Amino acid sequence: MSRILVTEERCKGCLLCTTVCPVSIIRQSERINLQGYKVAEVRAEDMATCTGCTSCATICPDMAIEVWRGKKQKKAA
Amino acid sequence: MSKAKTAPKAATAGKSAAHNTNAGEELVFTRPASLVDRATHYCPGCHHGIAHRMVAELLDEMDLADRTVAASSIGCSVFLYNYIKVDTVESPHGRAPAVATGIKRARPDKFVFTYQGDGDLASIGMAEIMHAANRGERITVVFVNNTVYGMTGGQMAPTTLIGQKTTTCPGGRCQDREGSPIRMSEIIAQLGGTAFCARGSLDSVKNIKQAKKYMRQAFEAQTKGLGFGFVELLSGCPTNWRMSPVAANKRITDEMIPYFPLGVYKELEGDGTCGSLIAPGTASGSAGESK
Repeated sequence: MSRILVTEERCKGCLLCTTVCPVSIIRQSERINLQGYKVAEVRAEDMATCTGCTSCATICPDMAIEVWRGKKQKKAA
Repeated sequence: MSKAKTAPKAATAGKSAAHNTNAGEELVFTRPASLVDRATHYCPGCHHGIAHRMVAELLDEMDLADRTVAASSIGCSVFLYNYIKVDTVESPHGRAPAVATGIKRARPDKFVFTYQGDGDLASIGMAEIMHAANRGERITVVFVNNTVYGMTGGQMAPTTLIGQKTTTCPGGRCQDREGSPIRMSEIIAQLGGTAFCARGSLDSVKNIKQAKKYMRQAFEAQTKGLGFGFVELLSGCPTNWRMSPVAANKRITDEMIPYFPLGVYKELEGDGTCGSLIAPGTASGSAGESK
């Protein structure tokens, strides 16, 4: 299963990541970080649909997103 | 874009070390080792962060970081030395190509690049960039074009689009009064010493990936000893455009790219010896003579 990790203290809430997500699971949260920005988040129940495409991390200007990609099924079996 | 081979080094140093051991998944995107782990001073949605990351990724991927000297410019990118782990010389406004020329001629074994904005390169630094390109200095220039002077508060730059409102042309840039926006890539491509010249954009994932390929070719123009490498990156300035970051990206797509067409403007091949440069597919003749 793929997932992303948002480093909340680096996020500036520009929301560019929300425009490029192919499955539209990234959204703005109500949490405000130390810099005063409302950070991007993926709800835990939505994370299962993450494809690990790295689009959000590619367009993030602040390196706030790390992407972990699940390995192929044959490895797990 | 940062593949797994560079990931473990960066990940083990940071807080992600615990996650790196997870079975069944691999870290496919993380901070490149040459990029310092600290918050940038850039505004939300500013594309400098993306350009910095692409430079750092390429320095890592091409194994150049240990022998790189950067010449940074004046503008928002003035603090480049805080973010990229290479030796950096801070240049006077617009003079980064001249400073880089000196570094490269004194230490030809070093990889030398400049990182300049449009207020720096296309305005006060026009003479330096033109002559550095014309001499075919073995340096690489990363030119970030956001059509405005960002650091000083959004004044009109030579690249400001017709009709664009800034603090010094509040009614919008008028072609009769202030002239037309300068297309730097087209100008640089005409000069004799330029080995590679291209324009990319940072407004979408596809364009960012393409821009990184251009940047790699511009770096290779220097590492192969061919000549001057130039890459222009269309980028956004949401603060001085008075837009949200998402709207600023849309403006790049809708307004900037039609005026500043993307693509490769000059690409020469050769073996690095004097007069060997030719355009790909050309049987004879040296299109890009250097020194």
